[in-house]
Amino acid sequence: MEKQFLIAGFGGQGVLLIGQLIAKAAMREDFEVSWMPSYGPEMRGGEANCAVVISDEEIGSPLVTEPPVLVAMNKPSLAKFMPKMAPGGILLYNASLIEDVELRDDVTVIPVPCNQIAEELGNQRTANMVMLGAVLGATRFVGADSLKETLREWLGEKRAAMLDINWQAIERGQALNA
Amino acid sequence: MKGNEAIAEAAIQAGCRFFFGYPITPQNQIPEYMSKRMPQVGGCFLQSESEVAAINMVYGAGGAGARVMTSSSSPGISLKQEGISYIVGAEVPCVIVNMVRGGPGLGSIQPAQSDYYQATRGGGHGDYRMPVLAPGSVQEAVTLTQDAFDLADRYRTPVMVLGDGLIGQMMEPVDMDQAADRKPAEDLPAKTWAATGHKPTDEAPRAIINSLYIDPVVLEQHCMKLQAKYDAIEAAECRWQEEMLEDAEIVIVAYGTTARIARSAMRKCREKGIKVGMIRPITLWPFPEAAIRATLKTAKKFLCVEMSTGQMIDDVKLAVEGQRPVEFYGRTGGMVPTVGEIVEKLESMNGAKTGVEQLLNQTGAALDQAANAAQKTFASIGQKIEQKVNDPAFVQKTEELKQKTGEFAGKALDGLAKGATLLGEGLNKAFGALSGLVSGEKKNDNNDKEGNE
Repeated sequence: MEKQFLIAGFGGQGVLLIGQLIAKAAMREDFEVSWMPSYGPEMRGGEANCAVVISDEEIGSPLVTEPPVLVAMNKPSLAKFMPKMAPGGILLYNASLIEDVELRDDVTVIPVPCNQIAEELGNQRTANMVMLGAVLGATRFVGADSLKETLREWLGEKRAAMLDINWQAIERGQALNA
Repeated sequence: MKGNEAIAEAAIQAGCRFFFGYPITPQNQIPEYMSKRMPQVGGCFLQSESEVAAINMVYGAGGAGARVMTSSSSPGISLKQEGISYIVGAEVPCVIVNMVRGGPGLGSIQPAQSDYYQATRGGGHGDYRMPVLAPGSVQEAVTLTQDAFDLADRYRTPVMVLGDGLIGQMMEPVDMDQAADRKPAEDLPAKTWAATGHKPTDEAPRAIINSLYIDPVVLEQHCMKLQAKYDAIEAAECRWQEEMLEDAEIVIVAYGTTARIARSAMRKCREKGIKVGMIRPITLWPFPEAAIRATLKTAKKFLCVEMSTGQMIDDVKLAVEGQRPVEFYGRTGGMVPTVGEIVEKLESMNGAKTGVEQLLNQTGAALDQAANAAQKTFASIGQKIEQKVNDPAFVQKTEELKQKTGEFAGKALDGLAKGATLLGEGLNKAFGALSGLVSGEKKNDNNDKEGNE
């Protein structure tokens, strides 16, 4: 069993964090994991992406060239990576920022209004957590408890108060396609 | 942890207390991490004014007997070559990390393996070698970095950890408990040669760290001493990983990140029934020649995969000694080969037959024709016999016969490939004799078939 994810968006949208939390949560469930960021002359507002591989055996390539699961947080990422998706894959895109695009009909498409839900929750910065929740709902790559524990650990004691709002965001995302 | 950070922490846990370096992507997390950690453990982090300065600081600290490391990426490693050559000449232990990026020149900042020649052939001037360790995962990067310090101390040599941008940037789970507080190997010799400002004694005479030998007689002796050291390293320190080799007809040779991509390709090919195995050199020097030669008993072909235009392939060819074809697939300049590309290459290699196999196919075709001819003869005798020919039992027997012949042919292939030319000649004669049996008209058919193939 191997699951591959490609998460892409603007730098600053928290795309690397989505990937890290996916990898860490899977690690908590004793899967082999790898997390590979794009790197280069990048900056806030520039393009960022990361590849995550989860497997029950030793991971071969840490790169994801034909994503079975693609998370697109903005329009340029969708334009860049949707054509590379494996047929039958799952496409989750940020419907708050991506409109008027032609989507492939040979993949499962899940629109996620990340920013809109985050705004409803009163914290724009949880938009990536909404998406993370949607990924959990669509792929069930780990149990919800594992993800919550991972989030708790990542926030640490200093930001423990942020757990609730972030977890709400995840639950809202998860509910979209539970 | 990120590969770069894991390497830095592993070095500290192995007792490295001096780090000198100059920033360059994609290894910047190493100096960044060291700048934070070294003061915490009472060590020294120093960002030098240049790579040349950094490597000479390494020379100094190593000469004083300290565990010391520097890291850089391709263009920076080129700048360090003069210092590395001096360090080799003076027999000073140290660890050098190269997170290779695309070249030549400033090149790109994306991962590459195009510094293979530079790393394994010495790189700087003079008659020398240097152990080169190539991790294939973040966990292995930790182990190899720690081993590198022991190797360096044991043989009084610089040791290079050769990664690529991917190993440096990738995050994977690492068991740091295992690597914590790693003590130097117990059987390491005391550094009585180190220039520590000590009073000269019989055990530790006055220490001079130097690579200058004006008298060629003396320098030759020194070089021979180094050579004896390299022989000892070759004999004792070669490492590699074998995967799915038991019945492998195509053997991939790949290292580092490329080996992981090739591993995925190998698994895909296995699902399709293509017998692919892999040797992953962990030490690039010394190179696992004997391990590669040992695969000759099943291997019909080799595929070397690299993030370069083909450098390690030379070592694979030297190991195979011309006994099998060695093919190449690579991307370069910071491009990374994909699983799909390697699968495609392996499939095409599996499809394309060697000359010997073509000969055997021809023989097989001739045998088929002989069987057809026999069938036709039977047909002309009468209906009864034709029924007999079409009888499933008879068809099965013919098939069995063909299979047996095939088995023989397979064995003959092995023999022939190993250089048993006599057998090949015998086969040729058999082929000739069979062809003779078949009528001229059918021979033409055969030729058509060959043309199509």
